[in-house]
Amino acid sequence: MSPQRPNSFRTGPDERGHFGIYGGRFVAETLMPLILELERAYARAKSDPSFQAEMNGYLETYVGRPSPLYFAERLSEYCGGAKIYFKREELNHTGAHKVNNVLGQILLARRMGKTRVIAETGAGMHGVATATLCAKFGLPCVVYMGAIDVERQRPNVLRMRMLGAEVRAVNSGSKTLKDAMNEALRDWVTNVADTFYCIGTVAGPHPYPAMVRDFQAIIGRETRAQLERLEGRLPDSLIACIGGGSNAMGLFHPFLDEPSVEIYGVEAAGHGLHSGKHAASIAGGRPGVLHGNRTYLLMNGDGQIEEAHSISAGLDYPGIGPEHAWLHDLGRVRFLSATDEEAVAAFQLCSRLEGIIPALEPAHALAKVLDLAPKKPRDHLMVVNLSGRGDKDLDTVERFLEGNRRP
Amino acid sequence: MTRIEERFAALRREGRAALVTFTMAGDPDAETSLAIMRALPHAGADIIELGMPFTDPMADGPAIQAAGQRALAAGQDMRRTLGMVRSFREADDVTPVVLMGYYNPIYVYGVERFLRDVKSAGVDGLIVVDLPPEEDDELCLPTLAAGLNFIRLATPTTDEARLPAVLRNTSGFVYYVSITGTTGAASPDTAKVAAAVARIKRHTALPVAVGFGVKTAEHARAIAAGADGVVVGSAIVEALRASLEQGRSGPAVVEVVSNLVSELARGVRAARHTGAVEPARPS
Repeated sequence: MSPQRPNSFRTGPDERGHFGIYGGRFVAETLMPLILELERAYARAKSDPSFQAEMNGYLETYVGRPSPLYFAERLSEYCGGAKIYFKREELNHTGAHKVNNVLGQILLARRMGKTRVIAETGAGMHGVATATLCAKFGLPCVVYMGAIDVERQRPNVLRMRMLGAEVRAVNSGSKTLKDAMNEALRDWVTNVADTFYCIGTVAGPHPYPAMVRDFQAIIGRETRAQLERLEGRLPDSLIACIGGGSNAMGLFHPFLDEPSVEIYGVEAAGHGLHSGKHAASIAGGRPGVLHGNRTYLLMNGDGQIEEAHSISAGLDYPGIGPEHAWLHDLGRVRFLSATDEEAVAAFQLCSRLEGIIPALEPAHALAKVLDLAPKKPRDHLMVVNLSGRGDKDLDTVERFLEGNRRP
Repeated sequence: MTRIEERFAALRREGRAALVTFTMAGDPDAETSLAIMRALPHAGADIIELGMPFTDPMADGPAIQAAGQRALAAGQDMRRTLGMVRSFREADDVTPVVLMGYYNPIYVYGVERFLRDVKSAGVDGLIVVDLPPEEDDELCLPTLAAGLNFIRLATPTTDEARLPAVLRNTSGFVYYVSITGTTGAASPDTAKVAAAVARIKRHTALPVAVGFGVKTAEHARAIAAGADGVVVGSAIVEALRASLEQGRSGPAVVEVVSNLVSELARGVRAARHTGAVEPARPS
């Protein structure tokens, strides 16, 4: 598979929602009119200065943007190579990048006259962001969350409930993020008239992958301007973790047409790529169709979706956004992977060297920074997306370390 | 003419609607599932819909989700499902068989190879839930070119403007999804369904079968009065589940399913049939 290299990497998707062979609109007929309505509404909002102004206002005063670009001096020293910057998305209101996208979608839902919001969540960060914006705008909110994730991300369940959202534990299938998404789609099919489905990542049927990317691209735009101010130039490399891939796509997109910028996505390798227990769709999957789009999926030879595994609930998904799949085939983004163990080690190191407890998701990106940065020269500028804070993961990390201490 | 088209033509002459039954291939195991399939025409099924199990059936309610999981747990895969149709065809060359499911297992099997194999197995048509007209290039057009029916779902959200696009590459029959919801959810309002069927028939000469939420013989009778076919799935699959002993097939399973299908068939046949009078010519 070697698709033709386009003139620009930033023009996708086409009018049918395709990034090369990926993306598309693989949904039941009941949802198709809703998706077309959403596409039209988003196209109108995108070109409406009053929508952008409204969003920018809340991004500044409610979310707390711009998020800082921080020189991680001790981590850079420790690595002894590249100059490492953190894009501090964990400082956003609700503690992760998720809120950038949710704000856009909820403002859009209000414009469309929708009166009820549903969402799926894995680690709970997207659920918390959705519950937050729904509280702010007085919208009833139902969050679907796999029963296993409800157990391992308890603090976020409590946050969502405190914010007035109803958290529905999903007991079907593997009881994690993919099943939460199935259940949200079933809800949407049932409640077509009043409900807005707020998808948390750059996946799902068109226009979601492009829309979520657009809302998250503020990460990359700010980074570009901030680094220009600090260093007077472009970064040399970007690195971000990838579950569905929204924080990564948000950072990458404004730089895709800068050939000098190396771009790395880091998937979750769980117990290791050869263990059969991982969540690395690019490294261990093949193209297939799930949740409205064609992309790389973890599945068996019969096309049955396999369970992903990662210590990080936010990366525990057997697919990846279709634009990432396309950028992988084109060779524009390099995909690496980090194991549970590597992520936990990076989690601890970052906490102690920088006084920043990262979420387990960006800890996967940090793990690969530890590999890459030492091999780079001192003037190499590396930006890592610190996409979320780690408070929610302290129990998980503690249990992991306990388990490793036992003989 | 495919077996589906022949069957609807014959039923039109009889002046009654079709009973379309849904069972999941490989539920609860390959052997029992084939025995059930063989019993269906004798019990009164006019058209057999056979589910291709998938791990992530996003349009299905709990009953059919569980049926798919039972089948997958028993080792069902696409190869076995096609083998099952082949075995069924050894003794029955007239009952139409429609495969229903989701696109990924077909895509992974390979569209060209899939169409070749389903055709040689004796399948007459396909219903693929997650392929709307916007994705017709994927499977719909190749299926029609292979001489098989591609049966599309029309739903309460398919409005007047969209209906022609939904009907354009549809053949065999139109499957009207009577509710906004998953399979086996709320029961539809019969009067609303009849009006919706009439609306679709203004756009097409194809027969219109109605499904999602039809559970009892009485209900099937009421729906059959205003449509060319009634699809029952979740109720059958649920009866099958209830007849299992510790999740395994027992001697009662085939009989339980047959009895329910006979009852549903009596309902459909008792309907005073007004819906399937002469179809309108497409405008």
